Amino acid sequence: MKSLAELQAIKEKMQNKVALREGSGEMRVVVGMATCGIAAGARPVLSTFVEEVNNADLSGKVTVSQTGCIGLCQYEPIVEVIEAGKEKITYIKMTPDKAKRVVQEHLVGGKVVAEYTFAKENA
Amino acid sequence: MKEISLNILDIAKNSTKAGATLVKISLEEDDSTLTLVIEDDGCGMDEETVKGVCDPFYTTRSTRKVGMGIPLLKLSCEQTGGRFRIESRDKETYPDAHVTKTSAIFYKNHIDFTPLGDVVFTVVTLIQGDPNIDFLFSHKTPKGEVGLDTRDLRAQLGDIPLNEPEILTWISDFLKEQYEELT
Repeated sequence: MKSLAELQAIKEKMQNKVALREGSGEMRVVVGMATCGIAAGARPVLSTFVEEVNNADLSGKVTVSQTGCIGLCQYEPIVEVIEAGKEKITYIKMTPDKAKRVVQEHLVGGKVVAEYTFAKENA
Repeated sequence: MKEISLNILDIAKNSTKAGATLVKISLEEDDSTLTLVIEDDGCGMDEETVKGVCDPFYTTRSTRKVGMGIPLLKLSCEQTGGRFRIESRDKETYPDAHVTKTSAIFYKNHIDFTPLGDVVFTVVTLIQGDPNIDFLFSHKTPKGEVGLDTRDLRAQLGDIPLNEPEILTWISDFLKEQYEELT
């Protein structure tokens, strides 16, 4: 049975790691989590990003956060990837599988998955 | 919404957006009913706004938090023969006692009852989104009770943010274990 005391051990293990992360956030993944996003399936998309970013050991570079309604409700779940000095990329109609691919190809590999973007759909 | 847990996520996000420092989510079940109460200490709403939130066409850009969320939750409980209620005391009128309380009673045996779904997933998602806000979650069932108070976690963790992946996993396992104990 888990106990709160276990958190002490996690804390000790993490203290160094968290210090390393300060000043990070060169890349931000923002998931729309308003009523429209949630109803369209944003919850598992968000958790996939959180897990996969951690698995790919990108936590020092990429922050995953939530936002409200982006204003394109018919394209939810929507995910924005914001990187300093680059144009914002808007991914639409996302799923956990698409999220995995975006982590591998875009966040790790640096190559935008063009076929999932808003720009592609509306070209 | 396919699960009530998604309505909970949606409504609790109104609380976090309203500047709450503590959001209480309580579920209480007996053989035939499920009662959901979400209470926050955010900025609250004046009387007129409270009246408006149940109307899906009330939305204006200046009160963006008001939209389809409340009408969807209201529908989902009322379609089971249940009741919905929202009360609020706004910060301007009640600077020391501002509160918003949303309650919904569902009849579980009604054919139009939406399953509760993955409420652990919802709690973890809320903490991921707003790691600086405290959440008090409790789910009472005839078999026992499941609970989490992020203030207890913070007391152990100090300044380690609650949205670190390791912590989120721990929270998820902590709650799942409690649910397993019930069955």
